[in-house]
Amino acid sequence: MDILSTRGLDLWYGDNQALKHIDMDIPERQVTALIGPSGCGKSTFLKTLNRMNDLVPAVRVEGLVTYRERDIYAPGTDVTWLRRQVGMVFQKPNPFPMSIYDNIAYGPRIHGVRSKARLDDIVERSLKGAAIWDEVKDRLKKSALSLSGGQQQRLCIARALAVEPDVLLMDEATSALDPISTSKIEDLITELKEHYTIIIVTHNMQQATRISDTCAFFLLGELIEFGQTTQMFSMPRDKRTEDYITGRFG
Amino acid sequence: MEQLSLHRRMYDRGLRLLLRLAAALVCALLAGLIGVIFLQGLPNLTWAMLTSEPSVIRNITGILPNILNTVALVAGTLLIALPLGVGAAIYLTEYAASHRLAAVIEFAAETLTGIPSILYGLVGMLFFCQKLGWGSSIRAGILTLVIMILPTIVRTTQESLKTVPQSYREAALGLGSGKWRMIRTLVLPASVDGIVTGCILAVGRIVGESAALLYTAGSAAVLARSLGELLTTSGGSLTVALYMYSMERGKIEVGFAIASILMVLTLLIDLSAKLVGRKLRRN
Amino acid sequence: MDALEAKYAAAKRYSETAMGLVFLLCGVLAVAFVLLISAYLILSGLPAIREVGLLDFLFGPVWAPTHKTEPQFGILPFILTSVYGTAGAVAVGVPVGFLTAMFLSKLAPRRLAAVVRTAVDLLSGIPSVVYGLVGMTVLVPAVRRVFRLPSGATLLAAILVLSVMILPSIISVSETALNAVPREYEEASLALGATETETWFRVSAPAASSGIAAAVVLGIGRAIGEAMAIMMVAGNVANMPGLFKSVRFLTTAIASEMSYAGVGSLQRSALYSIALVLFLFIMLINVILNLWFKNKREG
Repeated sequence: MDILSTRGLDLWYGDNQALKHIDMDIPERQVTALIGPSGCGKSTFLKTLNRMNDLVPAVRVEGLVTYRERDIYAPGTDVTWLRRQVGMVFQKPNPFPMSIYDNIAYGPRIHGVRSKARLDDIVERSLKGAAIWDEVKDRLKKSALSLSGGQQQRLCIARALAVEPDVLLMDEATSALDPISTSKIEDLITELKEHYTIIIVTHNMQQATRISDTCAFFLLGELIEFGQTTQMFSMPRDKRTEDYITGRFG
Repeated sequence: MEQLSLHRRMYDRGLRLLLRLAAALVCALLAGLIGVIFLQGLPNLTWAMLTSEPSVIRNITGILPNILNTVALVAGTLLIALPLGVGAAIYLTEYAASHRLAAVIEFAAETLTGIPSILYGLVGMLFFCQKLGWGSSIRAGILTLVIMILPTIVRTTQESLKTVPQSYREAALGLGSGKWRMIRTLVLPASVDGIVTGCILAVGRIVGESAALLYTAGSAAVLARSLGELLTTSGGSLTVALYMYSMERGKIEVGFAIASILMVLTLLIDLSAKLVGRKLRRN
Repeated sequence: MDALEAKYAAAKRYSETAMGLVFLLCGVLAVAFVLLISAYLILSGLPAIREVGLLDFLFGPVWAPTHKTEPQFGILPFILTSVYGTAGAVAVGVPVGFLTAMFLSKLAPRRLAAVVRTAVDLLSGIPSVVYGLVGMTVLVPAVRRVFRLPSGATLLAAILVLSVMILPSIISVSETALNAVPREYEEASLALGATETETWFRVSAPAASSGIAAAVVLGIGRAIGEAMAIMMVAGNVANMPGLFKSVRFLTTAIASEMSYAGVGSLQRSALYSIALVLFLFIMLINVILNLWFKNKREG
């Protein structure tokens, strides 16, 4: 079952074509990794899936992107609804300058949850879901900025979980973190795929092999190869994929 | 496809509307002010008024002395405050070896900016007019204004001195240049635009000032026959004349005529500050 | 040749030292001016306070310095008027200023923002007597008609004039603070499904709160120090403050007594004491502002 699909997706920044005719079907409740050298379009592609590209001036998207068979670029689409379904975690941890509790409760409050008891419940569940509850449960009222980088990133994951998304996009979510924090987040991703569809952009090929089920290799705005991760890393079909994963360029 | 809830949609629309309304209000306030002033001021502004000395006996309304007083106040104040302020800024950024002294001077400058002009007027009156026995005079007004705008000049100069790359200084000093020589030949030329902007801002403040002048420079409107007489006798600036005509003498129409002159000056000063600022950015 | 070179070097050293001293002198003069002002205000302000008594001076409800038998020197009406007037100006000016800053920082297209910014700059450049004149001829009669008062020269008119006068500084300082909010905060909020307005008001504004608070404090400083404009619209009577009463502020008390009080009289020295009270208010605001900025720099 495919949850997100693109057909003939083209994207321009001004006159600059950043994505060229991408066809992809992303399977549900799996981890899909997007790999490729810098500037290949993998982050751009990720951001078309929750329309965060709308924020970039002079961006133009053509082709079809569907989420659960609905065209998300159709006129009249409510992007807040889409972004609630398709959550996102960024490269640099970006907790709001508020308390840990208010960070998690921000999304639910926006979407209309008022009751204190329900918010408490959501905060606890989300923090547990992001495997950070035990570390912060005694200081929920403290500023989120007092946490370490790895904790901040897990807090951001918890914040994304709090609005009960369906899909979680992660844009190099571990590249700013130390190895221990990285492995904690990798373990977390593996656990989360039971309930969520996860799409990660990563520079780290070991990470892609460790945690992803499906893998997509981008080069210069084109999707070169897409398939099972194990298959791609053992027997790449395309010469360029082989060159990249064996470290001949990157 | 799901839609944003009605409540959130209203919130969004409402806030956007509110933001636009606030900005529109600000613009409308300015437009209204300009409209009222020019509509009531320009028709009353005559060539005769601009070029004559007022006389109660001959029933002449004239603001020429006030124009000249304003020019004298601006020129005199800048003549003293500019070298002093630029000098203090140079000391702070280029010389101050002891950080404590620099911090004290900076604190002093910051404190001076926050003091209301009426207090400058009071101290100016106490010290220059009474203690030194100068009475209400342009020179007392000038010195009061010097104290008042000094911090503005120090601050803007300091800011533009700080934008001169440190590597220039190191290069000059490395070639064996003395500090003063380096400042004169490198640092000052590179920051002259910023200093000019500071001056324009200062001119704006002087032209618009009234509270600090009413009891220091006084409110007389007599043509002086010499520079010495101009400096040592009482003389009201345009702003003070506006106040006197509209509050004390009930000649609102003259007040509006002066107000329209002041508005034109404000527009010109803002425009020239913008032009210099643009040039500054381009370099 | 050597002698000439030595002479040149000596001259150079001499001019270098001299210029260093000149610049030091400039710096010292700047400090001397602050000391002069503070010293003058304190020295000339104290005698009347000592004569009247601090509590009677600060909390005395009646200001009647020219009464033949029992002159009274209570400045509570002035203090309260300044406090109420400033609070009123902040209550009206801050919301409008904050919303305009938000408009400029987030909503406005670049061109339009440039136009509005120019308007704000011009508002800040208009001399206070011009505000006073328009207030006196347009606002005061309007207040009289709308509220059916015998005179429109009231605290309300002063508050409205002050709130317009503090708008420019509130707008520009708040806008700077809003522009400095990291883009990542706003992206995170949008990615959670918040609308743009929800993001601006619930993430950007709290993140910029210390800058906005500084803008408010700056506005307070402006409002409390303004003299001439409110002199022309507030009626200048030493009443206890009321929205529809003619009132006298600390600043206008100084300005109006300056022309009447005879040199050497207690009334004259009381005027210096009012100036001292105003000065202390301003210093307090300065200290708050400085602490705020310092905290922000460190935090």
